[in-house]
Amino acid sequence: MDLFLDRFFLGLQQGAVYASVAMALVLIYRATGLVNFAQGEMALFSTFITWQLWDDGWNIVLAIVVSMVLSFVGGAAIERFLIRPVGEVKTNALSVVIVTIGLLLALNALAGWIWGVESKTFPKIFGTDFVNIGPASISYQALGVLAVLAIEVVLLYLLFQKTKVGLAMRAVTSNSESSRLVGVRVGRVLMFGWGLAAAVGALAGALYASELATLDTSIMLQLLIYAFAAATLGGFDSPVGAVVGGLLVGEVTVMLGGYVDFVGEDLRLGAAFVLILVVLLVKPEGLFGRKLVKRV
Amino acid sequence: MTDRRRFAVKAIVVVVVGAVLLYLPQQLASFEVGNLNKVICFAIAALGLNLLTGYNGQISIGHGAFFGIGAYTSVILVADHGWPHFATIAAAAAIAFVVGVLIGLPALRIEGLYLALVTLALATVFPQLISRFSDLTGGSQGKNVRLPDRFTAPDWTGLENDQWKYYVFLAFAAVAFLLVRNLVHSRAGRAIISIRDNETAAETLGVHSAAYKVATFGVSAMIAGIAGALYSFETSFVSAGEFTINLSITFLVAVVVGGAATIIGPAVGAFLVVYIPIWLDDAGADPQLSPVLFGASLILLMMAAPGGILGLYRRLVGWGSRRMKKGAPPPTQSTPDALASVT
Repeated sequence: MDLFLDRFFLGLQQGAVYASVAMALVLIYRATGLVNFAQGEMALFSTFITWQLWDDGWNIVLAIVVSMVLSFVGGAAIERFLIRPVGEVKTNALSVVIVTIGLLLALNALAGWIWGVESKTFPKIFGTDFVNIGPASISYQALGVLAVLAIEVVLLYLLFQKTKVGLAMRAVTSNSESSRLVGVRVGRVLMFGWGLAAAVGALAGALYASELATLDTSIMLQLLIYAFAAATLGGFDSPVGAVVGGLLVGEVTVMLGGYVDFVGEDLRLGAAFVLILVVLLVKPEGLFGRKLVKRV
Repeated sequence: MTDRRRFAVKAIVVVVVGAVLLYLPQQLASFEVGNLNKVICFAIAALGLNLLTGYNGQISIGHGAFFGIGAYTSVILVADHGWPHFATIAAAAAIAFVVGVLIGLPALRIEGLYLALVTLALATVFPQLISRFSDLTGGSQGKNVRLPDRFTAPDWTGLENDQWKYYVFLAFAAVAFLLVRNLVHSRAGRAIISIRDNETAAETLGVHSAAYKVATFGVSAMIAGIAGALYSFETSFVSAGEFTINLSITFLVAVVVGGAATIIGPAVGAFLVVYIPIWLDDAGADPQLSPVLFGASLILLMMAAPGGILGLYRRLVGWGSRRMKKGAPPPTQSTPDALASVT
């Protein structure tokens, strides 16, 4: 029983990180219809900045905050100078996808060039202690990651529902043409959305590296696939779905990896892949997504 | 130019290029021929991907996995079951086709970039699957074809092994390019293109878009599988580290750089993706830095010439011929520049 609980908490802990990255994907997808294939490597770059600051003797929390601010600026710049000139996803999907793939390659190699390919020690942000709950124990790390996710969700909710920027973002999501006509500056809103996604990704990247306790250039691709699975399961246009999907993907992959010998550690990513396929076959709009109605 | 003159020019180009291609391996050193063999295999894979991405508008970032499936099928059948080499190509084609259809089906359910997402996941998972089933595949150690079982030139040809491989690969490539060209110009080809340009309109006109999309994905995966099987003749060795996401990206880049929805674009692109890293290496560039340049130039290319090299060439030719007959109105184009022309 306690093994089950341990695994349950582990699933939540990992799922919370997947949920964060999935949220970053959903932020961009809702605003532009683009699946950002460079999201993982953007987070990688941000996480290396966090590591560099920490290595220079900064407090880790401060380092994460500064890295998030820098990532916000970087994300907005990517939208303005690399994505927007290429055109819209609807009319020019292949070109935009190729640009995100070019970014994926370039950012990954750039991080490797600046910081080297050997892995770095990343600090445990919340320490290494445990709390005992009945027969099982839950790590401070798990509690911390879940708390951060909860705060993130509340802040994003407030941003979207209670602020003018949030209203503008929702307007652009629902109909960018009409919102431009009523005076919303669509370009700025998109830049803000990309910046926000980059900042959320920076936070998620730091949490992920802190969980693994190491950082190298290869870790984020897998995280991206888990986040894809989370976003697909939750519904690609739903932030709530991203959170629920992330936690579920964490649970499913940890449990399958733990209890099914055939899956084991090696095929956990494979399990996430099969999950994507099954969701697309059975319920393509995901658990919380809107069903797509095509107007002809 | 009149149609007749255009045909004559085309015929001359084909004969000259064909003669050069046939003559090349007689002149080059063995390792150079090996590089060209790699180019041919990559060109066939990119041809398959171009059918899907360029003509049908479905983006795949996972064709490295189908290429890998073909290579592994061939090596396992030759090394463990003693099949003759050419027979393994058929098996590789069949397996890649079936897997392609299985992967393509779920992606039909939704529009947009989901197929890209699913195939990216496939490309990431594939090396892990190889490691997991190491009894069959040799895992990260790789799997070798023993020396006497390797693909070698028969005595009657009098050719070196690399030259023999070159001619065999070239023959396969010629047939594949010709078949795809004819397919694109056929009724089915027009259906495939119409789905890319306007799926709703295509369906209204009676095109069964779901069936065409799945079939296109299957055929595209099959061509990549054949290319992979041929590639394993060249290397006689497969390992999990070879068929990563980077290979899938390389194929997509070959299609886009050469020119999506053109017939010879993938061949031009395959030549560049194989040779640019070699040239950079020869020029003494930092190997860490070359992917950065690669990624950055990809982004610049998409901004400057979204139609790739052939698209750029066409634009220049069009601009030149308009300059010559000044006053004549420019030809009207009903579809976007980059993907419209079918050659």
